Amino acid sequence: MYSRAYKFVVSLPPLLWVAIFLLVPYALMLAHSFWLVREGVIIHHWNLQNYSKLFHNPVYVEVLFRSVRIAVTVTFLSLLLGYPLAYYMSFHAGPRKDILYQLVIIPLWVSYLVRGYAWKTILGSEGVLNGFLQYLHITKEPVSFLLYSPFAVVLMLTHIYTPFVFLPLYASLEHIPRNLVEASHDLGASPCTTFLRVILPLSLPGLLAGATFAFVLSLGDFLAPILVGGPSSIMIANIVQSLFGTAYDWPLGAAISVCILLLTVTLLYLTERLEKRWSF
Amino acid sequence: MTLPTSSASANAAEETISAGTALLEVREVAKQFFGHQVLKNISLQVAAGEFLTLLGESGSGKTTLLRIIAGFEQPTSGQVWMSGIRLDVLPPYQRRVNTVFQSYALFPHLSVKENVAYGLRVTKVAESEIPARVADALRMVKMEEFADRRPGKLSGGQQQRVALARALVNRPKLLLLDEPLSALDANLRKQMQGELKSLQRDLGITFLFVTHDQDEAMALSDRIALLKDGALEQIASPREIYERPATVYTAQFIGQTNILHAEIRNGVATSGSLCWPVALRNGHALFSLRPEAIRLAAESATMPNPVTFHARVIQQIFSGASEQLELDCDGLRLRAMIYSRSPLSGEQEFAFSSADAIPVRNSKEPG
Repeated sequence: MYSRAYKFVVSLPPLLWVAIFLLVPYALMLAHSFWLVREGVIIHHWNLQNYSKLFHNPVYVEVLFRSVRIAVTVTFLSLLLGYPLAYYMSFHAGPRKDILYQLVIIPLWVSYLVRGYAWKTILGSEGVLNGFLQYLHITKEPVSFLLYSPFAVVLMLTHIYTPFVFLPLYASLEHIPRNLVEASHDLGASPCTTFLRVILPLSLPGLLAGATFAFVLSLGDFLAPILVGGPSSIMIANIVQSLFGTAYDWPLGAAISVCILLLTVTLLYLTERLEKRWSF
Repeated sequence: MTLPTSSASANAAEETISAGTALLEVREVAKQFFGHQVLKNISLQVAAGEFLTLLGESGSGKTTLLRIIAGFEQPTSGQVWMSGIRLDVLPPYQRRVNTVFQSYALFPHLSVKENVAYGLRVTKVAESEIPARVADALRMVKMEEFADRRPGKLSGGQQQRVALARALVNRPKLLLLDEPLSALDANLRKQMQGELKSLQRDLGITFLFVTHDQDEAMALSDRIALLKDGALEQIASPREIYERPATVYTAQFIGQTNILHAEIRNGVATSGSLCWPVALRNGHALFSLRPEAIRLAAESATMPNPVTFHARVIQQIFSGASEQLELDCDGLRLRAMIYSRSPLSGEQEFAFSSADAIPVRNSKEPG
């Protein structure tokens, strides 16, 4: 087999990468979350003040809840859009499958910022949608709630993360042996029953993976609130960003980051376990 | 384990067909895939309680025909009827037909018990009735002790049994089996053949069985329908199809044979230096002569109408109970099978009964 020297040389780059770019920053973040800022200087004095500030200041708690609420909504809507699409493509698209797949994937190559600005153009008071509504005489004045609202954030994030939900779902649906569907029909189950009893249960691992993607990615998003969200839809990542930037309170920002990290890791751990139990 | 004795039940099956009680009737079914003719106007009837095998090489259309009967494919033309109901217009889930799939197709997310209960659940059989019927079905295939396992934890043979139980629990009138034994090793396959046959006889369910293995077809079937290039070559009991093959292809596909090209003149067929009496019109004809029909002339005392000939033994292969001989009869190569005896060599006198030279025709030209 391979010599020890060979194994060492081969495993060194990934180990270094993980250490330098993951473990050290995490350790620094964790350490900062227990330090303090006084008069613009970070004081290396260990304490729990940041965490108590976090839980006692209703602003942070409210923003955190809002972020979770937006992430859950985005996840739900992405599933609602992504599942029928994936199901249709996998089971009923026939030869159109490949071209539809490309159509779903292509937007992923377009910059996030470009897509954000596109939504600004569509939703703004001088935007495409308002112009259209007025042209049809459905509204007299521009509708203002479209842009700079949690609605716009949810819309934009759903648009961006639906392909992330679609991909694992589509993969897991493609993975279902077609003779299971035939067997189900053969045993007397209608297409609807077959979907509920065979296809849906067998696609749960993909559904879970997609939902996790959408939830985790939208929970940590800070560009959508900046581009289309406005003050009413500030998310937790925006607070972290400002604490590390203009507010210059790295310790508090680090404490919030640690909380989000814990939340995310717990979620990933749970879904991982569920996925294992549901995979066959 | 029981070995099939096919002739008695085959006769019964043929009688019931002539009495007009066919359970399944396939009428002029044709199927085209992308311009390719996979099935060419197949018509056949299956009697209630019969074990009918669709036999053929890969690409002969046997699986396509099965899938049309199950409802997974639509025929391009023709009809399928079962007990007075037209099947081919119904979706698969409305047909009282169940299938045992080649790769078993067990639901990986359900336990053995739940797999078997599936058909009962989705057809709204009373919940109180289900456990007993599932237990019965599992007992039938000797899988009671695996009821709570997932299919992934079972061997191929065990999965096969569960697939069988899952189909039989619905008490179908007709069970379709798509090469169900092909994934099993030889010993297990032999054992499952016996079990399948006795199950079929005990339950009285009609089996339509697809295989490419002629030995399996011979061992199990009441009748064999031999398919070639999407057309029905011959349909008959195993004994009849072996002893009286209608075509060259049938004779060669089922067992081994010698095909003799003969010229008939005034009631005598001549092929090389062989001549034998026939009751056929003058002209060219083909005959099938099984290797075991040829014997040493010295041992043919009891043979009716013996035709004797001299031939040189080119090769002798010992295979236990019998010997395979390769003979040269004035340039005509013949294969013979005789009971084991001491080595033969040089010129010998052989004989066959003229009744064993079976006239066969070429298969119909496709299209």
